[in-house]
Amino acid sequence: METFISALTIFVLAVFVGVFVIKRVPPLLHTPLMSGSNAISGITIVGAMISIATPSPVSTIFGFIAVVFATINVVGGFLVTHRMLGMFRKKE
Amino acid sequence: MLSLINILYLAAAVMFIQGLVGLSHPRTAVRGNVTAALGMLLAVVATLLDRNVLGSGVRGYMLIGVAIAVGAIIGAVFALRIKMTAMPQMVALLNGFGGGASVLIAGAALHDAVNPNLQLLIATAASGIIGAVTFWGSLVAFDKLQEWLLPGKPIHFPLQQALNAVLALVALGLSVWLVLDPSSDTTYWLLVAVASLLGVLLTIPIGGADMPVAVALLNSYSGLAGAAAGFVLNNNALIITGSLVGASGIILSQIMCKAMNRSLANVLLGKLGSGSSDGASADETYAGKVKSTSPEEIAMLLDTARRVVIVPGYGLAVSQAQHAVRELATLLESKGATVEFGIHPVAGRMPGHMNVLLAEADVPYDKLKEMDEINPQFGQVDVVLVIGANDVVNPLANTDPSSPIAGMPILEVGNARSVIVMKRSLSPGFAGIPNPLFAADNCLMYFGDGKAAVQALVAAVKGG
Repeated sequence: METFISALTIFVLAVFVGVFVIKRVPPLLHTPLMSGSNAISGITIVGAMISIATPSPVSTIFGFIAVVFATINVVGGFLVTHRMLGMFRKKE
Repeated sequence: MLSLINILYLAAAVMFIQGLVGLSHPRTAVRGNVTAALGMLLAVVATLLDRNVLGSGVRGYMLIGVAIAVGAIIGAVFALRIKMTAMPQMVALLNGFGGGASVLIAGAALHDAVNPNLQLLIATAASGIIGAVTFWGSLVAFDKLQEWLLPGKPIHFPLQQALNAVLALVALGLSVWLVLDPSSDTTYWLLVAVASLLGVLLTIPIGGADMPVAVALLNSYSGLAGAAAGFVLNNNALIITGSLVGASGIILSQIMCKAMNRSLANVLLGKLGSGSSDGASADETYAGKVKSTSPEEIAMLLDTARRVVIVPGYGLAVSQAQHAVRELATLLESKGATVEFGIHPVAGRMPGHMNVLLAEADVPYDKLKEMDEINPQFGQVDVVLVIGANDVVNPLANTDPSSPIAGMPILEVGNARSVIVMKRSLSPGFAGIPNPLFAADNCLMYFGDGKAAVQALVAAVKGG
């Protein structure tokens, strides 16, 4: 129960931080915001790596596919965001 | 070691937040994105020190390495190949992969758990439901945007809502069963199967024009699924990041709904405007009042214009006219006019999409003005060029309370001295209603096909 409450505390506070930070992103950058948030939601890679490492073959297979999925998010998300942001130039 | 790993996770989470803060301005955005990417690298390196991962020996590290290599290649190919017009499809797919990863992680954790506690079980059920809905919903959204198997238009069938409600109840029932009897994995996968069907059925009634909302909402779900997976594993990095992404998606869906003056429920149920259709017909609106014009005439008008605003719609992107429009803007500026772009929030097919498309065509970002910023200024504008947009400049939104778009915020281009609408014909937009702007005294219609029409105009301005 203790761990659950502290996890819940972190969750709720992080939602507030999220709302606060995201509201400051201008509509100009909403598409990079979405691809960038996809990239950071690839943090599931961390959980997936631990699943790969467990002795059970079933979990290893699930973990393997999950790492592939999460890495697509991470690499695809950060790269495409970088590509887009590079297009936003000020008038020379 | 565990506390070191957790401190590294905390550092990664802080770097993610800094990355999002960086997105508050284009000047700091690139650095923000790089910071967030380094945070991810840090989190991955920290996990390589995890007790389980260390214990898995060379085989574990090999498998992790191969999986990351495969994912990195697929992700990089996607990211470098994707056309900017197809960005909604890319984001839809990424949302889906995020949801899928959460389903698998929770499944693996349940499989390995010896004496699963209540938190693990409830969080596993939540990961399974939200993750599967996200995965399948995103695949349907991708398909609809791409218009492969399913048409872009909403799909309705009898008792649709009732079926969805039943599926949701079954999924909840299976969750309770899973909590009461966690001995078998089958319950979990049954739950995932039901949620998968629900994900498909929830997305098919959403129309192509509403996809920006659906994609933003699925973005939020993918974050929530990740946070749920964080509760399964008691992993703060997942919980924090998942809630950041969840918040982001929800805020973006709200902004999109507000820009269309529709409720989220209305969009999700696939209902188009509920207003009556007894407004003026196209014939009544347009008869004898529409004035057609030529590139030469527009060139003369633009020649004396000091301030020009271009209002792009998705039609501009479809005909790939961005670069021709940019050329026109540069040309007018070289003649001493001020040229800006007025961007409606739903001008593209996802939040902020039109800005990316114009930035790709080298339009400087300080020329891209939000609706709220440009609206009070139309009174001082000499010429507005509306290119491939219709409903977002329809004054009926302000004047006719029974119209399907009543109350939708519009770009008030009618306040400018003259308005030129470039369009193929007088055909209606998504809302299916005539646009009295086209018949207004200060409005001229320039009929033509997107890119070619803009190019003809560029030639005329050069000649003049």
